[in-house]
Amino acid sequence: MSAALLLLTDGRFPAGGHAHSGGAEAAVAEGRITGAATLAEFCRGRLHTTGLVAAALAAAAAAGADLLALDDAADARTPSPALRTVSRRLGRQLLRAARAAWPAAVLDQLAADRPRGAHQPVVLGATARAAGLTPLDAARAAAYESAGSPATATVRLLGLDPFQAAAVLARLAPEVDAVADAATAAAHRARTEGTGALPAASAPLLDVSAERHAAWPTRLFTS
Amino acid sequence: MHQDHPEIFPQRHTMSVPGGHRALRVGLGGPVGSGKTATVAALCRTLRDEVSIGVVTNDIYTREDADFLLRQAVLAPDRIVAVETGACPHTAIRDDISANLEAVEELEERVGPLDLVLLESGGDNLTATFSKGLVDVQMFVIDVAGGDDIPRKGGPGVTMSDLLVVNKVDLAVHVGADLDRMAADAAAQRGGLPTVFTSVARGQGVAPVADWIRERLAESTAGAA
Amino acid sequence: MTTTGVASCPRTAGRVTGGVRVAAVADGRGGTALPLLAGEGALAVRRTGTRAWTQQSPRPKGAAVTLVGAMSAPLGGDRMRVEIAVGADARLTVRSAAATVALPGRGGESAWYDVLLTVAGGAELLWLPEPLIAAAGSDLRMTTRVDLVRGARLVLREEAVLGRYGESPGRLASRLTVTVDGRPLLDQDFRVGPGSAPGWDGPAGLAGHRAFGQLLVAGSGTATLGPQLLTRASDVVQAVATPLAGGAATLVTALAPDARHLRPLLARTLEELLDGSATDIRPVPAAGPP
Ligand SMILES: Nc1nc2c(ncn2[C@@H]2O[C@H](COP(=O)(O)OP(=O)(O)OP(=O)(O)O)[C@@H](O)[C@H]2O)c(=O)[nH]1
Ligand SMILES: [Mg+2]
Repeated sequence: MSAALLLLTDGRFPAGGHAHSGGAEAAVAEGRITGAATLAEFCRGRLHTTGLVAAALAAAAAAGADLLALDDAADARTPSPALRTVSRRLGRQLLRAARAAWPAAVLDQLAADRPRGAHQPVVLGATARAAGLTPLDAARAAAYESAGSPATATVRLLGLDPFQAAAVLARLAPEVDAVADAATAAAHRARTEGTGALPAASAPLLDVSAERHAAWPTRLFTS
Repeated sequence: MHQDHPEIFPQRHTMSVPGGHRALRVGLGGPVGSGKTATVAALCRTLRDEVSIGVVTNDIYTREDADFLLRQAVLAPDRIVAVETGACPHTAIRDDISANLEAVEELEERVGPLDLVLLESGGDNLTATFSKGLVDVQMFVIDVAGGDDIPRKGGPGVTMSDLLVVNKVDLAVHVGADLDRMAADAAAQRGGLPTVFTSVARGQGVAPVADWIRERLAESTAGAA
Repeated sequence: MTTTGVASCPRTAGRVTGGVRVAAVADGRGGTALPLLAGEGALAVRRTGTRAWTQQSPRPKGAAVTLVGAMSAPLGGDRMRVEIAVGADARLTVRSAAATVALPGRGGESAWYDVLLTVAGGAELLWLPEPLIAAAGSDLRMTTRVDLVRGARLVLREEAVLGRYGESPGRLASRLTVTVDGRPLLDQDFRVGPGSAPGWDGPAGLAGHRAFGQLLVAGSGTATLGPQLLTRASDVVQAVATPLAGGAATLVTALAPDARHLRPLLARTLEELLDGSATDIRPVPAAGPP
């Protein structure tokens, strides 16, 4: 495990994640997250759908796959325009931080190719590569983030005991690792088979509630 | 020009806006309800005919600040952007400024080059200050009704801000605030940094703050030349 | 034109394999001919008339076919394959006679159902099968692949129901991949039911919903609408219409407690869409000569 990975996944790394709840704000409002148990199930569901897809895109990007093809693949896997906008915006924010932390031509090129932002997992993978990390590292970072973001947000949204939130994530850790392994294997297959070999696990309820959340007049989190 | 030098221009971590003309970014921080939005509104009215202005608000939960500015029609709607802060207003202006940088660039993309960007923080505590990566100068807005001992208490907002604004002086008589004592405490805490007393929503207007911004604008233009 | 037949599907000993192949081409007189209409094993297909793109459409009518399940397959171990190719300027509507019910096989094996649709320039395909029902204990792997050429038009409806009435859910993995000129437009893998992705029925998964549907309208001459919520948060059906990235396409995504609640919303949206009576959801007139 490289310290660069710790930095990349550190909640203090200035890449904009703190203002996003990973769907938790909508789920809390709709009564689907009410405490530690439902938070754990929410994180699990998100990890195995959104998280798996993000982890595979990140692993493929870290393995040196064509970033723009991955960006197209991310678009096709994100039917919600609210979530596409969020992903590209977070991608832009991460790229800004990444270019300061690990300057690399590949990051400059991505910024030039996608001035409005590339999808966040694609940027995450490219950043991992620039930081000398492996595809598995990138997959772990993306998979962890998919569960970590709703957990952190729920502490603020429900006043959930932060120790309980930490315990939720700790218990999920083996599944995060397993998702990262599966994502990395898929990224490897995509080298020969193309982006169609990457997972496309969908989460239709998250899509619907993301659109609903984006239409709220007032909210605490951007997504 | 050494615009790429990180120590001089930490703001170089931009995505899309090329070097050259760059707006002066002014942060407005301070406790909840002290008059930050009222100050922004008054500044826009005073300065909008002189310079091209954009505003970024960091509302805590509502879009009230942005909506207030829109309702007051102090600027065209496309010059006002709201940023959500995920319940952590100080994080968005200090520890992870990326969303606010995005917002500034979005403004510049939308309405073209700006001379002045006013960034209002969500109302927070006395320790919340702006990162130098986000703003060039910052003012801290407190009010007399929040207690006339705030300047004495200090904290980064009071001691380090480039301008301390003590607002709502019209209320001083009603709340029994001692303005002379506030001025003396502020001077003692701030080691020469300026303090102004205003009543931005009442008679004694925003003029001293506007004058201070004009000076900063003049400095930055001279510095860039 | 695609000519790969069911023979390319590996047969599993002792199990029925079903296949259907249809090719639709413009007949040169403004209509659509079906030079290939073949069914095999558990699946059959017959021509069922015509349907216009819109009721007011001045353009020539297309052909319509109906898929008929000779048995209520697929059972575990079955492999079914449907291949439909719509040639340039042809217009085809495909329906099915009844819902497809996935049933458990004797040895607990998975069943496979692969659908391959290709639509050429100026052509349109309406793919409107009845729902897929994953009966308790079943395990179906479905793939639907749609390859569009720029200038093609697609209306696709998919409904999946977990469990027959009052029954516990079966397991379903259904991947829908749509490309335009080889570029991915939509890629969705829906994995639900016991033993599938952990959390599938939790607050980020189905959250108790048992019916899922999507309606895709893609390609030339179709309007893309801004994201539009079709139901309120408190409604039993959760549905939204969203424009897809990378092309003129709109996807309606809907979740409902059961098939009974799902169908009306999709049917209404589809009818509005086909008849052009909706203010927001309707195909815009195709560019070019009237
Ligand atoms: N009496 C008096 N009231 C003022 C003055 N300035 C602002 N107010 C009032 O104080 C209240 C809060 O002002 P805002 O400008 O919204 O304060 P704010 O600092 O932006 O508040 P938050 O964004 O919520 O932290 C409003 O009702 C204003 O009308 C002033 O100079 N005198
Ligand atoms: Mg305010």
